Amino acid sequence: MAAPVAFFAVFFAYPVAAIVARGLKTDGTWHLGRITEVLAQSDVRHVLWFTTWQALVSTALTLLVALPGAYVFARFEFPGKQVLRAVVTVPFVLPTVVVGTAFLALVGRGGLLDELWGLRLDTTVWAILLAHVFFNYAVVVRTVGGLWAQLDPRQEEAARMLGASQLKAWRQVTLPALAPAVAAAALMVFLFTFTSFGVVQILGGPTFSTLEVEIYRQTSEIFDLSTAAVLTMIQFVAVGAILAVHAWTVRRRETALRLVDASVTARRPRGAGQWALLGGVLVTVAVLLVLPLAVLVQRSLDAPGFGYYRALTSEDGGVFLVPPIEAIGNSLSYAVAATLIAVLIGGLAAVALTRRDAGRFVRGFDALLMLPLGVSAVTVGFGFLISLDEPPLDLRSSWILVPLAQALVGVPFVVRTMLPVLRAVDVRLREAASVLGASPWRVWREVDLPMVRRALLIAAGFAFAVSLGEFGATVFIARPDRPTLPVAVARLLGRPGDLNYGQAMALSTILMVVCAVALLVLERLRTDRTGEF
Amino acid sequence: MAGALAACGSSDGGQGSGDSKTVTLVSHDSWAASKDVIAAFEKQSGYKVDVLKDGDAGQAVNKAILTKDNPQGDVFFGVDNTLLSRALDNGLFQPYEPKGSDQIKAEYRVDQDKHRVTPIDTGDICVNYDKKYFADHKLEPPKSFDDLVEPRYKNLLVTENASASSPGLGFLLGTAAKYGDDGWEGYWKKLKANGVKVVDGWEQAYNEEFSGSAGGKKAKGDRPLVVSYASSPPAEVVFADPKPGTAPTGVAEGTCFRQVEYAGLLANAGNSKGGKALLDFLVSRKFQEDMPLNMFVYPVTEGVQVPPEFVKYGPQAKDPETMDPAKIAGHRDQWVKSWTSLVLK
Repeated sequence: MAAPVAFFAVFFAYPVAAIVARGLKTDGTWHLGRITEVLAQSDVRHVLWFTTWQALVSTALTLLVALPGAYVFARFEFPGKQVLRAVVTVPFVLPTVVVGTAFLALVGRGGLLDELWGLRLDTTVWAILLAHVFFNYAVVVRTVGGLWAQLDPRQEEAARMLGASQLKAWRQVTLPALAPAVAAAALMVFLFTFTSFGVVQILGGPTFSTLEVEIYRQTSEIFDLSTAAVLTMIQFVAVGAILAVHAWTVRRRETALRLVDASVTARRPRGAGQWALLGGVLVTVAVLLVLPLAVLVQRSLDAPGFGYYRALTSEDGGVFLVPPIEAIGNSLSYAVAATLIAVLIGGLAAVALTRRDAGRFVRGFDALLMLPLGVSAVTVGFGFLISLDEPPLDLRSSWILVPLAQALVGVPFVVRTMLPVLRAVDVRLREAASVLGASPWRVWREVDLPMVRRALLIAAGFAFAVSLGEFGATVFIARPDRPTLPVAVARLLGRPGDLNYGQAMALSTILMVVCAVALLVLERLRTDRTGEF
Repeated sequence: MAGALAACGSSDGGQGSGDSKTVTLVSHDSWAASKDVIAAFEKQSGYKVDVLKDGDAGQAVNKAILTKDNPQGDVFFGVDNTLLSRALDNGLFQPYEPKGSDQIKAEYRVDQDKHRVTPIDTGDICVNYDKKYFADHKLEPPKSFDDLVEPRYKNLLVTENASASSPGLGFLLGTAAKYGDDGWEGYWKKLKANGVKVVDGWEQAYNEEFSGSAGGKKAKGDRPLVVSYASSPPAEVVFADPKPGTAPTGVAEGTCFRQVEYAGLLANAGNSKGGKALLDFLVSRKFQEDMPLNMFVYPVTEGVQVPPEFVKYGPQAKDPETMDPAKIAGHRDQWVKSWTSLVLK
């Protein structure tokens, strides 16, 4: 427990507190009056209102579109299912700079909707909402679908035998079992859309602003640190509340359900209705998720003979001190380091959280570990700058800062993946081993490890994919001679000229493929109980 | 795995204060210089140059201010006239007049009594136009701010959010310089009525909306006018393969606002001796000549040749709008606020 607490205290709580204090304290006096001042501004209230309602609508829309998908992925067997499940997860880990660009090809001018019906959604709130569905589809499919696949279908069948209609059987048997998972997924989507940054900035244009975007503007552009500090605190409170509710639903979910191996519940669709459902979901996935990604690939191939890809190996562009292709190596090595840190810290935290003698305080820590997902990257980045600047913690120019920041985002995924599996380990097994004289380390190695090994690999894979795509914090601290893939893409997009644009598309495609491969490997490792992701 | 990690760590260390053999330059993402030019400086001065690119221009300045008591480097390059007063008011720099400063053109010099900053390069923020669009439509491209509000250019212009983007702010300042404190709001009302579109950043405006850029063509951008830089047309030629005979875009010369970028010795620089040598180098002929094709900006010293692409495709505006940094400092926040409620709401 001590290690994860220390990690979060030093690399998260302290930097964030430092930058907030910097905003609210000048010459040794606190200006807490700023809080009411900022809250009284109509602009700020407008931002709060927009942040909340767009998150609510985005969440509802995501559930509406993704729940049928969750069902199909859970219950149907069809060729290419594993690949497709990896593909729908790719958007979740791709940097928004890239996807925003591709998404415009769907809903913007000359996009599919434009060509079919003359409908353009760019710079409307609809573009934001649809993009949120695009990004969070996988959260619902993986969280809800994962559980759905393991619900014993015989329970519903039994209800039908007893005379319940199909709808009634579903409503009274399956729905109650699924409800906590749906609630947990909905809250995660709400959290991600509430703190949405890139999507809103790129697709919403300057008229729409979420709290996160406003914090970025106040910190990075306007340099009004006190307003940024107040906004950060508001977001902190809101995210804390969301996470508290989330933790509560997750605990409720861990009630005993009759779970079976996912492989026995899925079968080929039967009858016109089921085929139509499968078809409908596949079309939705194709149009909403695969098409925008395909646009990126197509644009990256727009030069004869893989010209853009070949250009990646030369440093003539001048944007970097190194050929852009080296970003792949940088990204991979940073992600490996970040994954090691995340698995170590997250694993220790998960073990501590499942200990029988874990008190209320420790269980509360569960929710705290998720906080980095809801605190703006610019706050953490600026916090790092002013708090980790003195020995022994002068890390500002050290390469380790990047994996540390990425691990902050990876840890919550590790904890969420490991917890359910660890909780499922029968305590009596551990006790028996101890009684027979095994040391605690040996108990862990002989009892826990074999059972959690696969979950550990999956957690590592997810932390790896998330680290690869992390942009917000990395862009702040990545050294110029070691840009990561997302950072390199953003820099290339920041320059005029065909080659720069083409190389950005080529690098995005590479990032997409690396993420997809990592996720596909995960699919192979999926266990019966894979936690939430 | 271990190899990858070791590779990560290999360039660690030797940065920042304490090490007198290394001089660290803090800059924004657009910093670029030829390897051999840097190598020549390293050889001649005996210092190794470390570069820290710190986000976009605004972000880099803000970060430098936040860390000024314990700076990340010795020299900061890339504060422009729109942000200069924020840097000076916060005591970011210490005085130093580089050798060769007398070669800098008088029009770019500021802070002459204290020498806290030195001008290094200049560039113009101007409306760019898509040559093909105007040829196809047999329409003259606009030449001036006045032209942009003409009905024949309705719904053609895209610009950036002045509160979030430096070309967006530059364009706003250009109109404020042209039409004055009392006139610029009226001008923007007309511009809004004429269908100007505002997006958040330069990337969106230029790569997505502008029909003349390489990215915009692929994204089917439909706005033939965009607020960008006078050096964007030469960039469209230089970063193309094969190189086109002429630039696909042009510059509306009467819509330009001049940006000047400065560098200075950071107040608490660990290696101020090395920092001074680096500043001398930035105004030297060798560096000034190398700059244009790396950062797509113009030199500020007398008698430096600019590359032919610049003369041909991105000539410097003859009579750009300018504004005193002190005036920008005094009005920027209020102007951006008024602009936001006028144009975005």
